[in-house]
Formats: sequence, structure tokens, C-alpha cells
Amino acid sequence: MTDVNSNHETGGEDSSRRDFLYIATVGAVGVGGVFAFWPFIDQMNPAADTLALSTTEINVGDLEEGAEITVKFRERPHFVRRRTAEEVAASAEVAVNSLPDGDARNANLAAGSPATDENRSALSAVIDDGVEVDETLRASLLVSGANCTHLGCVPTEGAGDYGAWFCPCHGSHYDTSGRIRRGPAPENLPIPPMTFISATTLRLG
Amino acid sequence: MSGPSTYEPKTGFTRWLDKRLPIARLGWDSFVDFPTPRNLNYWWTFGGILAVCLMIQILTGIVLAMHYVPHIDYSCASVERIDRDVNFGWLLRNSHANGASMFFLAVYLHMLRGLYYGSYKAPRELLWILGVVIYLLMMAAAFLGYVLPWGQMSFWGAMVITNLFGALPVVGTPVTEWLWGGFSVGNATLNRFFSLHYLIPFLIAGVVGLHIWALHVPGNNNPTGLTVKTGADTLPFHPYYTVKDGFAIVVFLIIFAFFVFYWPDALGHADNYVEADALVTPAHIVPEWYLLPFYAILRAVPDKLGGVILMFGAIGVLFILPWLDTSRVRSMRYRPMGRWFFLFFVIACLGLGWVGAELPDNKVPVLGVLGLDFLWMGRILTLYYFGYFLVVLPLLGLVEKPAERPASIERSVLGKDTFGAAAPVAALAE
Repeated sequence: MTDVNSNHETGGEDSSRRDFLYIATVGAVGVGGVFAFWPFIDQMNPAADTLALSTTEINVGDLEEGAEITVKFRERPHFVRRRTAEEVAASAEVAVNSLPDGDARNANLAAGSPATDENRSALSAVIDDGVEVDETLRASLLVSGANCTHLGCVPTEGAGDYGAWFCPCHGSHYDTSGRIRRGPAPENLPIPPMTFISATTLRLG
Repeated sequence: MSGPSTYEPKTGFTRWLDKRLPIARLGWDSFVDFPTPRNLNYWWTFGGILAVCLMIQILTGIVLAMHYVPHIDYSCASVERIDRDVNFGWLLRNSHANGASMFFLAVYLHMLRGLYYGSYKAPRELLWILGVVIYLLMMAAAFLGYVLPWGQMSFWGAMVITNLFGALPVVGTPVTEWLWGGFSVGNATLNRFFSLHYLIPFLIAGVVGLHIWALHVPGNNNPTGLTVKTGADTLPFHPYYTVKDGFAIVVFLIIFAFFVFYWPDALGHADNYVEADALVTPAHIVPEWYLLPFYAILRAVPDKLGGVILMFGAIGVLFILPWLDTSRVRSMRYRPMGRWFFLFFVIACLGLGWVGAELPDNKVPVLGVLGLDFLWMGRILTLYYFGYFLVVLPLLGLVEKPAERPASIERSVLGKDTFGAAAPVAALAE
């Protein structure tokens, strides 16, 4: 038997064996490093209990015309506004192609639906079987996320050029349909998934 | 300036130590015998002042963490408890909160010193870049720390800054949710911010070590911008600059103490004493004074992503500054046109700070009659800010005729009389 590690040039050291050890070590450290690194990154993502989606139920029957409340849904504030007939009419007259964001941004509708007032209002909400909801009520209700789509502040009610919401942080103006009209915000306020579970109870989520 | 070491161990123990761990030699060469240009003025004392600031922040921060509770239900109350009930808590918290402002005051003067005297130019490019890294880390630490009391400004500041990352295409939302650990700024966010706020000062200390190392290779720049040529141009660091730095540090601490003891809330916002409310944004949210110029740049652009890019670009441009300035003359003392552009640069920075504190649609006092609102003032000043770095400094070096410079640092200090032959006519006439 001859020593496989022995040759004249290396005096007993086999360079191919050393190369193999080198590549195997670097490979293990490199690949292992990436795998070991991932848990340290991923731990910062929302935890399982946070991800467990919740729902919020709102009694919209108590809302008088022109009134607005702010509710919390999945950690975020949401506006619930019962608009006056004049506000709905004014909002419905706006041509969609004149809006900075023409997308309805409505989780109840297909992506890319036009941002008409109808598509923004609670007319788009799902209605549970056997439930009847007044259509005027549905058309007058606007439920939307309350964080400005620019940098997340909550716009002030009843202010701005359109008499609906004005974001105090960087000056975005929204109309009574929650659509961005002027300012740095890129998108309309998002409409959450919603379902009428009774004539006056709206469930978000 | 790293020359041969002049350290000579005098006792048996120091000789024994020097052969094993030459730490006394390092200290001697760095802070006692270190050859320093003899003409440094008080603008050069801010390095030492900043070292003191970092130590104050770390010391007060470590003890504050013994009393602070990082939870959305208890943070606000625990900070009030520090103020009211913890022994000397009021002193520690006021020192820490005002210490951040003092730290930024000193770092801005330190940076403007570097900009005026051309300290960023070869061979000190890396020294400058390490400084910009420290500045970035300082901003991160300050932002994270500001969130901890969980007041209204804390919460909405955190909301706005984390939402900046939402401007990124495609990865925007996953990245912001990763930063928050939820669907919004919440308890998970507060916890991690506390952890990172505790970490960053030690990263800063590490980079400060590199910064000082990079300083001690080429040595200090000086007000003439001239390179040290002979030993006569320098003085040993101790006692000449230990004393000068020490005096400046004491004066600085007097100003610091004035704020801590007599005006502790002057640099903060009253809104931050209102506990965070995720449903209501305060009517007028602004960052701390030291971030206002960047806030103004962010708002100068009508586009979300554009504003974010421009704001980070305002700091990013500092990284390439050493290669933007084409002038061979370091010090603005001898750049008759450059010093005017520099003066307007300082005014632009202060002006951006003012714009950042105002509502964009408000009219500027006096200039408002011309229709100038703060939005447009911010745009004009932002243009000048970038113009200074990207147009003025690259082009000026090619067209400007520098003023006459002294022959050496030594002559600039000791006057021409010592070298009669070189005395200019004006000096003879006196």
C-alpha cells in the first residue's frame, strides 16, 4: 500500500486534498452563513399572532348623515363616514380620468376597477344571504383606511380644498370619496374588505 | 504624520508592558506627542467635543435603560417616572435628550469646518467618508431614541420615517411591515427600536475609532490647508491641544448645562408629552430641529419616491464630495469666489431648516408679497444645496484664481518678520 497523500513535490501533502478541504469549508461557511442569517432577518417580520387576521364590526345604523367615526381594524385606523346626499352627488360628478389615481383601490372589487364614487362607496360591500340593506345607506357610506398613502399620517376631517380630509403632515387633499386630489400622496385611501351582516352592521375583514 | 515613535518606557513595568502590549506607546503617540499643526483655531476643537458628547450619551443612556420600559402601555409613564420619581432621573433624562441636540450642534459645526477648510480633500477622503458614516448612524440613533418615550411626535415620526421605505417599488410594503413587525407602528416596532437604539452608539464608537485612526495617518488639516512640511509647522498634541480642546469642552458644557438646567424642553415639542394615539395625527408634525433641512428637501418634491430619493441623496452626495471638488486649494481662505458660495451654502442649510419647520403652503414673511410660499422657498434652496456640490464645486476649481497663500504653516503663524527676506511690502510699511 502506498500513502495516497504522498508525492515528491509536496513531501507528503496532497494539494488536491487541501483544495478540496478549502472549497468544502468555504462552501459550508458560505451556504451555511446564508441559512444561519435568514432567521435573524425573518424574526423581524410580523409574528404569527400578529398575522392572525381579525375582523371589526361597526354599527352604521347609529351614524347620522354627515357624521364620521374612526375605528381600528388590523392595527390601523379606518374612517367610517356617512356622507350627505350633496357630497355623494358632487363626488359622483367627478370624471375618473381627471383623478391623480384612477384606481378604486377597493379590496371588494377586481384590481384596476375605476375610481368612481360608486366603486368607492359601501355599494361595493358584500351582503350576507338574507340580509337587506337600504341602498341609500350603502351609497352614502364610505369606509376607508385612515392612513395617508403618502407617509401614513391620519388626515384631518373637514379640511382641505375638497372639504373632506387634509393631511397635516405634507399637505395631501382628499375628497369625500377618499380619493387623492392634490398633494404628494400617490394613491386613493384603500377600501378594506367589508360585509353587511345585518341591515346596520358592517363587518371589516 | 505617523512618524517613528518617540515613546520611551521609563519604569520596569512599562518596559515589560511595552514588549507585550504597547498600549501606553499607542496612547503616547496618539495623544501626547502627536505632531499637530501649530495654527489650529477653535473650529478644530469640535472633534474632542464630539467625543465627550458620545460618552455623555452612552453613560446617561445606559442608566436610563435601567428605568425605561419598552412597551406601548408603559413607555410614556416610565419616562415620566424617570422625570419625577427616579433619583436624579430628571437630570439624566434632560442630559440625554438635550445631549442629542448638543451632539448634532457640534457635528454640524465640525462638518462645516471640514467643508470650509477642505478637510475632505486628498489625502483625507476616507477620514471624511467615515465621518459621514458616523453622521448617518447618529441620525439613526436619534430617530430611534425619539420614538422611545412613545409620545405623539414619537409615534407619528416613526410612522412617517418608516413609510419612507414604502416608496420603494415592489418591495415597499413587505419592507415596511418587516420594519414594523406588524401592519402598523406598534409594540413590536417599539421593542426593536429600543434594542437598536442601544446598539448604534457602540457602532458609532467603533467607527469613531476608525475615524481617529484615519486622522492620525495624514494628520490634521489646518486653517491654511497647507500640508505640514517640517517639524516647525507642528506642536505636540499635549499640552498645546489638550488644553485648547479642554477649554473648548468646558465652554461647550456650560452651554449644554444651560439647556439641561434652565431650558430643558426648548429643543423638543410639547406634543411629545401627549401619549401616542394611532387614531389622531397632531395638526403640525415636524422632526427635531437637526433633521429639519432634510424634511424640507423631502417635501420639496411633489412625488413620493422622488422626495425620498432626493432626501437620501442629500446625504449621499457627501460621500462623493472628495471627488466633486476640483480645486487644488484646500482652504476657502484662499478661494475668493469659493468662500462666497460656501457662505450661501450655510445660509441655504439654515433656510432649509426654517422651511422644514413651517407649513409648505404658508407665505414666507416679507418675500410673501412676491407670492413666495415655503414650498417654493424649499425648492429653490434644495436646488442650491445640490448645485453647490454637483455644479459649483466641480466647475469653480477649474475657473477660480486662488489668492496667494503663505509659504508654510509656520510662516502663517509666526509672521514674516522671522524670515525677513520673505516679508511682503505691506508688512515692511508698518
